[in-house]
Amino acid sequence: MNKITNYVRSFFNGRHVVIGVPYLWFLMLALVPLLIVLKISVSEMESTSVSSMISWSEGWPAIKLNFASYVFIGSDELYVQTYLSSLKYALLTTIICLAIGYPFAYFMARSPKHLQPMLLMLIMLPFWTSFLLRIYAWKTLLVNNGVINNVLMSLGIINAPLEMMNTPFSLMVGMVYSYLPFMILPLYANLSKLDMRYLEAAADLGTSPFKAFWLITVPLSKAGIIAGSMLVFIPAVGEYVIPELLGGPNTLMIGRVLWDEFFSNNDWPMASAVAVVMILLIMLPMAIYNKYQSEQSELKS
Amino acid sequence: MNTNMIKWFSQSWMIMVYMFLYMPIVTLVIFSFNDSQLVTVWSHASMRWYVALMSDSDLIAAVALSLKIAFFSALISVLFGVFTAFCLNRYKRFSGRTLLSSMATTPLVMPDVIVGLSLLLMLVSMQHWLGYPERGLFTILLGHALLGTAYATVVVTSRLREMDSKLDEAAMDLGCQPLQVFRLVTFPLLLPALVSAFLLTFTLSFDDVVLSSFLSGPGYSTMPMVIFSRARLGLNPTINAVATVTIVVVTFAVIASSFYTSHQERKRRREIAQAYSDTNK
Repeated sequence: MNKITNYVRSFFNGRHVVIGVPYLWFLMLALVPLLIVLKISVSEMESTSVSSMISWSEGWPAIKLNFASYVFIGSDELYVQTYLSSLKYALLTTIICLAIGYPFAYFMARSPKHLQPMLLMLIMLPFWTSFLLRIYAWKTLLVNNGVINNVLMSLGIINAPLEMMNTPFSLMVGMVYSYLPFMILPLYANLSKLDMRYLEAAADLGTSPFKAFWLITVPLSKAGIIAGSMLVFIPAVGEYVIPELLGGPNTLMIGRVLWDEFFSNNDWPMASAVAVVMILLIMLPMAIYNKYQSEQSELKS
Repeated sequence: MNTNMIKWFSQSWMIMVYMFLYMPIVTLVIFSFNDSQLVTVWSHASMRWYVALMSDSDLIAAVALSLKIAFFSALISVLFGVFTAFCLNRYKRFSGRTLLSSMATTPLVMPDVIVGLSLLLMLVSMQHWLGYPERGLFTILLGHALLGTAYATVVVTSRLREMDSKLDEAAMDLGCQPLQVFRLVTFPLLLPALVSAFLLTFTLSFDDVVLSSFLSGPGYSTMPMVIFSRARLGLNPTINAVATVTIVVVTFAVIASSFYTSHQERKRRREIAQAYSDTNK
């Protein structure tokens, strides 16, 4: 009896529990669901349980896979175009965020030390207020009788309202607006740790500040650039709320298609297949991100 | 380019970005005090939409549900986040460590629609096999807790990395049991990180619309779900009023928590200095 309790106790020792609890949690809620999506994407509409996929022929189980959804995605012009345009908008968002965010993070890292915590908090503060409400706010600014058009018209700069809402422009404004902090924060974390002695050495050796920036600062902040770009690009590919509220009929985004397949058409295999293809598209950037994250943490420790 | 010009350029760049970030929020607040039915045309100041808000029972019920879910999801997230962060930080080598760390970062970057869809399909299969759970508060809570755990893990991990593991070792040398070490040494040092992780995951849950829409059942609408369905139909002044109330509450909470953390930090430094001077007497 004592042996058994000892065995049980050693199995439930601190280490096993500390590792086991988060493992089970994430297996159940992160990994298993993705496998189920994979499974349903190759099932038929009516039969989404595992048992119905296996047919018994001559005593051997045969798994019936149905790739109809994938064939449909590959052959349908609309799906291919939607994937491409999602990638395009996500890439454009990343580039614009980098173009605005990099100088910003750089200037922030160079500003007086006592101001930096406040500047940082001012970047975080909008992030704490509801994302949905901020997107809605852009809607009130950009519509034809919206605030921007009203101000410009009353100032006499334009005569007729600018068509901004439900265009690629309004979509990009919303995307850049929501994802900019995700670009700035890793860049700032990286740039504020930059060893200024490298730049001083370069200046001593006669390098112009501009050249030193490109030869020293940018390469040293590579990790921050990659982390920020991935944090923007990956979620932007599958964004749903922004294209739904600010996009128009010609701004195709795959997150919206997935939503419609699921909620309007109730086509679960199709929605799952759309999701699987989306995961395949973001797999590579995700792998890069994970690799850099682990390299960073190894460097720190 | 001389230094003055660079300074001028960098300052105006920063001001432009801050204006870009705050312009929508400021307009939202200003127009919540607008009397007109039209959201974007100013007539005169009034509290009309706040009065309308108070009798909006759909919205009030949704806010109550959202607060409930956000509170419990933040609690669960912090709890599991601490476990995960400890696991990844203190045990450098165990089989499947890479799998755990990538599973913990997946919800951070994965598009919401995929997380929502996959969780829902899992819950539906579970219901098929076990007859449990019904879609509703519990399933939304589960989704938010998954997302929150991933974020809480990041916050707690970065704090654990800064913390000196020598303190743990010293406590163990002085005869502490592992749980005692956690209770007496690690936990007090971790507390500020736990507070910020709680606030972050609370906000994430309070803000989420995509996961909730996938995971909710009939009769369970969270506040963002109600706002989203109204915003889809068009502009609505009550949304401005809700927005203003949330913004005011959040701003106060953020400022209060940042004061709390800086106060804790100063207190800690003072104590360290005190202990140091005591030993050197």
